[in-house]
Parts: sequence; structure tokens; C-alpha cells
Amino acid sequence: MFGLLGLSPGLFGLFIVFGFMVGVFFGFFGMGGSFLVTPALLILGYPAPVAIGSSMTFVFGTAVIATLKHHDAGQVDYRLGGLMFVGITVGIELGSRLVFGLEVLGIAEAVVGGAYVVLLAAIGALFTRSALADEGDHDAEGDGSNRDAESDGGDDEVPAIAKRIQSYEIPPMMTLSDGRRASLWTISGVGGGVGLVSGFLGVGGGFVRMPAIYYVVGTSLAAAVGTSLFGGLMSGAVGAFTYGRAGVIDLGVVTALLLGSALGARIGSGATAYVDEDDVTIYFGVMLLLASLAVALGEAATWLSMPILDRISFVLLVGSALFVCSVILYHGVLAVRDERRSAPSA
Amino acid sequence: MTGTELLPGASPSVAALAVIAVVLVEAALLYVGYGFLEDRIGPTLFDRLRRI
Repeated sequence: MFGLLGLSPGLFGLFIVFGFMVGVFFGFFGMGGSFLVTPALLILGYPAPVAIGSSMTFVFGTAVIATLKHHDAGQVDYRLGGLMFVGITVGIELGSRLVFGLEVLGIAEAVVGGAYVVLLAAIGALFTRSALADEGDHDAEGDGSNRDAESDGGDDEVPAIAKRIQSYEIPPMMTLSDGRRASLWTISGVGGGVGLVSGFLGVGGGFVRMPAIYYVVGTSLAAAVGTSLFGGLMSGAVGAFTYGRAGVIDLGVVTALLLGSALGARIGSGATAYVDEDDVTIYFGVMLLLASLAVALGEAATWLSMPILDRISFVLLVGSALFVCSVILYHGVLAVRDERRSAPSA
Repeated sequence: MTGTELLPGASPSVAALAVIAVVLVEAALLYVGYGFLEDRIGPTLFDRLRRI
């Protein structure tokens, strides 16, 4: 079996464990964590097109599973997703051409790695800052009940910036599933921009696509999450086709990652019912900052010809992910046990 | 293992579609399989955790 998939048992097991951790993050935070897969493959020595192509195919598989779940809850706007398809396809094509062009110049790994250092650091800083700000709010308010009530109440609201963008009626105007209207240019622009990021970095792009649908196209938050996942499915499929045509997708890696992530995502989404996100968000932010450092070390290992830096960066990337995953699971187990203790007195 | 190795001699587009089909089947099987497992052993697992 392992010979067929082209991986050693050790590497296959490692990818299952890594996929499990990515799945827990996806289920818990609603973000794929796929932006950890490409750097991990780059650090393990996979060429950039293989790392990106395999990561995008993994994103496709994960998005299929997630979309099936959100479809059941009626949170997917298929019309909007369909309209975004052309933009996504063009964006991914441009992104992949950029990668293959850089590969010819021999600088693909360096440029993609550099982009990841910046991206992971930026998202990590945002998460850490947000977690620290929330902590301050909690201290000031005593508890988070007011904030929770506000966010619950605003779930179906469209942000002011989206309303303003919708007010510019640039034809052709499209009617979305919930009756709201948006310009086809806005929808295509969002699809193209996210597709470019996806095709260039091999990420699902959910961390960009979901806010873009919510703030730019203007849908409810629930529809933005569901439609973003459907968009991930389409961008993953287009990316898998684009990179698959070049024969650079490693099915063994994708299969092992999916085996782990499908289970991890179920556990991660189950944990959201028990674990307060604020308790672990700061760890997630710090993990992303460490991942940024890990990719930078991986780049430095190539430039300085110091293989030891490669090992350190891999341990840093996997170790920090393992730590945060353990924190989520630990808090989950504690919450389930506390629930039992508090049940008789309730 | 790549799409080219999966279907030797196939055109690049067919090989790419084969990869997508394999992943689609894998994802559907995992969704159903893990869903079945969750329904079967989920309650027992939670019960065990509460008893620890």
C-alpha cells in the first residue's frame, strides 16, 4: 500500500498526524490551516509546485467535507459561489503561471517562502493582537456576556462598508440567494483576487475569501462562511486541475493529510461547543508567528547551506502546531469533565 | 504518486481529472466513514471522558 502511494510508513504516519492537527484548527477556528501545509512540505524538501499543488488538492478534499456539512445547514449561496467561479479560475491560472515562471528562474521556493513568512507573521500578529484586546475587554467588563450578545445580534447584519459598496450599482447587477444585489464586477474581483492568492501560495484562501465575501460582496456572516467553503471547493478543484495537468500532485501526501484532517475537523468542531475560543486564540496567534519564523529558518538553511536550520524549522512548525492542538483537546476534555461535575448541582 | 503514475499514458487533462475524482471519492468516504464512527462511538467516548 505504502509503495503504491509512494511514501514510507513513517512519512505517511507523520502526514496523518499533521493532517489531524490541521483538521482540528479547521474545525475549531474555521480556518483551514492549509497555510501550514505548503510551508511544511517546502521544509521537507518538496519542490514548490509539488508543495503548492498537493496543498491545493488537500484543500479541495477538506472543502468537499466542510461544504457537505454547511449544505445541510442551508448556509451555502451556490449562486454567488457560481458567479465567483470565473474570477477564481482566472486568478488561480495567473497565480500558478507565476509559480511556474519563478520555478524556471529558480527562485520559486525563495519567493513563495518569503511570501509565507510575511503572510503567517501578519495573520499571527492579527490573532495575537485580537486575543490580547479581547482579554482586556474581558477584564474591563467582568465577563463576555455583552460582547457575545452583540455579536449574536449582528449575525445577519451586513457591514456598513458592504452596504456602501452595494450602493454603487455598476451593471450588470446580480441578485444573490437572499435577495441582496451585488455587481458582477465586485463578485468577479473578489473571486480573482482570492484565486490569485490561492494559486500562488497553495492555500484555500478562506482567511481572505470569507472576510472578502462578508465585507465586499455583503452577505450575512453565516452565508459568508458557507459560501467561502464552497469557494474553497471550487478554487481547490481548479488548482488541483491546473497543477494536476503538470503532474506535480503527490496523491500519497494528499491521502494521508485527508485521513487525519477529516477526523481532526470533527473533533475540532465538536470542541467549539465546550472550549471558549478566547482561551486558545492567543496560542493560535503565537503558533502562526512561530510558523513564520520556521519558514524563515528554512529559507536561511538554503541560503546559508546549514541543514540543521531545516531540522529546527520543521520541529518548530510541527511542535508549535502540536502544542496548540493539545491545548484545544486538553481544554475540551477538562470542559467535558467539568460539565459532569456541575450537572448534579444544576 | 502523481496523476501521471496513476494513469500512465493518459493526457494531462485526464490525469488531472483522475486525481480530482480520487480525492472526491476519498473525501466522500471519509465524511461518511467518520460520521458513522462518530455516531457509534461518540456517546461512549464522552461517557468515558466524564468518568475520568
